[in-house]
Amino acid sequence: MAERKPISTGADWDFELIARYDEAIREIAVGEFGLDCYPNQIEVISSEQMLDAYASVGLPISYPHWSFGKAFIRDEKAYREGARGLAYEIVINSDPCIAYLMEENPIALQALVIAHACYGHNSFFKGNYLFRQWTNADAIIDYMVFARKYIMKCEERHGIAAVEEALDACHSLMDFGVSRYRHPPKLSAEAERVRQREREEYAWSRHDEIWRTLPPPPAPAGPDQATDTGLSGEPQENLLYFIEKYSPRLEPWQREIVRIVRKMAQYFYPQGLTKVMNEGWATFWHYTILNRLYDKGLVTDGLMLEVLASHTNVVSQRGFDERGYGGFNPYALGFSMFRDLRRICEEPTDEDREWFPDIAGSDWQSTLDFAMRNYKDESFINQYLSPRLIREFRLFAVADHEDREFLEVDAIHNEQGYRRVRKLLSEQYNRDNLLPDIQIIGFDRDGDRSLRVQHRRHRGRGLSGDSTRVMRNLQKLWGFTVWLETVEEDGSLVDTTEFPA
Amino acid sequence: MSVIIDRRLNDRNKSAVNRARFMRRYKAHLQRAVADMVSRRSIRDMEQGGTVHIPHRDISEPVIRHGQGGDRETVHPRNREFNTGDRIRRPPGGAGGQGSGTGEGGGDSEDGFTFTLSREEFMTLFLDDLELPNMVRNVVGNLKESRPQRAGYTPQGAPTNLAVARSLRQALGRRIALTGAARRRLAEIESRGDPDAQAVDDPVLAEEISSLRRRIARVPFLDEIDLRYRHRIMVPRPLSRAVMFCLMDVSASMDERKKDLAKRFYTLLYLFLERKYEHVDVVFIRHTDDAEEVDEEHFFHDPKTGGTVVYSALHLMEEVIADRYPSDQWNIYAAQASDGDAFGADPEKSRNFLVEKLLPKTRYFAYIEVGDEGSSRASSLSSAYRRIESTRFAMRGVQERGDIYPVFRELFGRQTA
Repeated sequence: MAERKPISTGADWDFELIARYDEAIREIAVGEFGLDCYPNQIEVISSEQMLDAYASVGLPISYPHWSFGKAFIRDEKAYREGARGLAYEIVINSDPCIAYLMEENPIALQALVIAHACYGHNSFFKGNYLFRQWTNADAIIDYMVFARKYIMKCEERHGIAAVEEALDACHSLMDFGVSRYRHPPKLSAEAERVRQREREEYAWSRHDEIWRTLPPPPAPAGPDQATDTGLSGEPQENLLYFIEKYSPRLEPWQREIVRIVRKMAQYFYPQGLTKVMNEGWATFWHYTILNRLYDKGLVTDGLMLEVLASHTNVVSQRGFDERGYGGFNPYALGFSMFRDLRRICEEPTDEDREWFPDIAGSDWQSTLDFAMRNYKDESFINQYLSPRLIREFRLFAVADHEDREFLEVDAIHNEQGYRRVRKLLSEQYNRDNLLPDIQIIGFDRDGDRSLRVQHRRHRGRGLSGDSTRVMRNLQKLWGFTVWLETVEEDGSLVDTTEFPA
Repeated sequence: MSVIIDRRLNDRNKSAVNRARFMRRYKAHLQRAVADMVSRRSIRDMEQGGTVHIPHRDISEPVIRHGQGGDRETVHPRNREFNTGDRIRRPPGGAGGQGSGTGEGGGDSEDGFTFTLSREEFMTLFLDDLELPNMVRNVVGNLKESRPQRAGYTPQGAPTNLAVARSLRQALGRRIALTGAARRRLAEIESRGDPDAQAVDDPVLAEEISSLRRRIARVPFLDEIDLRYRHRIMVPRPLSRAVMFCLMDVSASMDERKKDLAKRFYTLLYLFLERKYEHVDVVFIRHTDDAEEVDEEHFFHDPKTGGTVVYSALHLMEEVIADRYPSDQWNIYAAQASDGDAFGADPEKSRNFLVEKLLPKTRYFAYIEVGDEGSSRASSLSSAYRRIESTRFAMRGVQERGDIYPVFRELFGRQTA
């Protein structure tokens, strides 16, 4: 071990010190381990500002909405009462990558956050295929500025209540505002502005009082007219997209709001799919980097202890029967998986050689890098969850079947259960399993303009009680009657509900 | 290289607008809570903020998720005793597996949502939509009321008003202006010379340098013309002060409970006036068969009994007005509380006096009849007062604590024109 020459000894920090830690960490992260990152922009903020940032779902700028106020009030209360500490950091997937450090934290935590956010998350944002495909890191801030201005202008013109109603409706459908197969065009605030202006001008230019004096046109000649339902036979799963393009009733500004919410949903889409990986990756790297700092003698024992204390907090996983158990802690699961992966590369056992023949004993850095780049939670778990980790977590699967009186333990951490547990856990992170399958299958363009929405029931699971409210919101956005058809997996109709205009 | 930015001085209250939106949306809830708090609170802490509870279902944002029923498997950590094939009783509520892992969202769903109102917010909600009736800003007229107000800087003034920073800025500007040309020339000459050479060889240049140096030195650091003083001017102000007369019957029939009701009403009125006017005086007049002006302590707590002559209080009020609160300089409000038991000619006499003498001078006169719980009998005083037709007069009956705030709102509710 090198002679101890710590960068600092006290708990206090100043800007120069942060810069020095950042440099030391960069040397390890980029220099030794070869992480590929966006440039960093580290911003120091106060706890109030952190609460603000929390409330607007981690974006530094957002439009005004009551639900953000609600989140703010809730977080603030929890924080004031000491029920919950603030997360140490918020990091924004943008180029340069913006990370927030909280003023109140001692230097140990600042170092931890720099390693975690500025090199961990940052390299994940830059490397992971979902982020590369789905988000434009360089445009999001610009776009949010545009969205904020636009929505505030709408409030001025059309009143807060009307805008709020539209936003509420869109928010409730946000989960169904994501295109999964088509690449979204690049975001550009300027292009948005131009497009929106054109849309409005077109509406104006088409408006001519004289048309109102004409007698109404004769009824459509017949069914041979081309009907553009926007579906061309295929159902549409992006409800917000469909509403934006084809809703007969929406005003231009409402369409624009639908679009804004849709774009936000799209922006957050990859984050939802990579929670375990993203947090696991960042946690793995702060752990690795800080240990390396310690080995190089650049930090004191005290700082390291502090770091380890909060690290342990972050990666603690409660058992299913413990108080406050709320499912898996993505930090814990992700961290353990990446560490286990490294172990498989460096010290493989016979079991590992059998389960992971192509990575056991390989170079750990390139293996981890490959995993980070090419997987999402679902596939990551399916591919890399090792039997050893299943034993360590003592995972077990419970089956809940409607027609049986008891819950049944489906599989546990034993030889027969590994594959089953791994598959089920991976399924648990499959978005299709979390969200009901709801698609638009058609609308009656020439008749009463009613919209037909289909819910394909998967394994007999119905919709939650809230869904009636959401369907009403959909109806409001559509402006005409909406039919919700529930079908079984084989397509047989179960039930039809009408949401009349 | 990373960029490190200090943002601590940026706006802190970014969420204020969202919080305001939230309040706007749940105003009905908040207002109900405020009304509730007002009736529960003691008068002393009427003005504080408070905690509002909103049921969770009212503020939830709906989303579509899988509902109950159907088949599913969930994976959990930390198995202790289970083996494959073990059967577990379904937990009550049928949530399907412990927590079922599908993210039912916010674990605090049972607790509802608690929201803390600041003092300011409480008062705003409390007095929201209330308006002082007949609020006429008394004209400035020949009143001497005026206040000093800042009005920039002036070159003359008293030494105590010297604005140091401003003066130095002025001096700096002057020095730059007067020496700029000389300094430029000096820099030009010096840059030409060899930096190592101690002295400039050329005698002409040396002479010029020393003359420039002298010229620069001659400009004083601080000159008299630099001095600036804070300037204040006197601005006449529209009158914004009010006096509130609290008239209360303390005869034997007014028990503690009735006094408490009356006191609550006065408190509300006081808080309200205080928000609207810069300065509010309060005059307490209590009466039995004889009226006297007392301080607050005596007004509410000193037991005194006797008969009831309402007229005496009104008369005293008129005297006090004539004596101390000329109506062209004060906004006069009065709130009278009584159980209405007046006898003989007193009700009529009081009514006439009120209509002829007092109402023309007051902005608003509210009569609160604190009756017995459950009784709706019209008292003699109220039957006399009922015939008063004036927009400046209002009367209401109050039976219990909960009535006070609604009655108050009713009296001062914004009139839609």
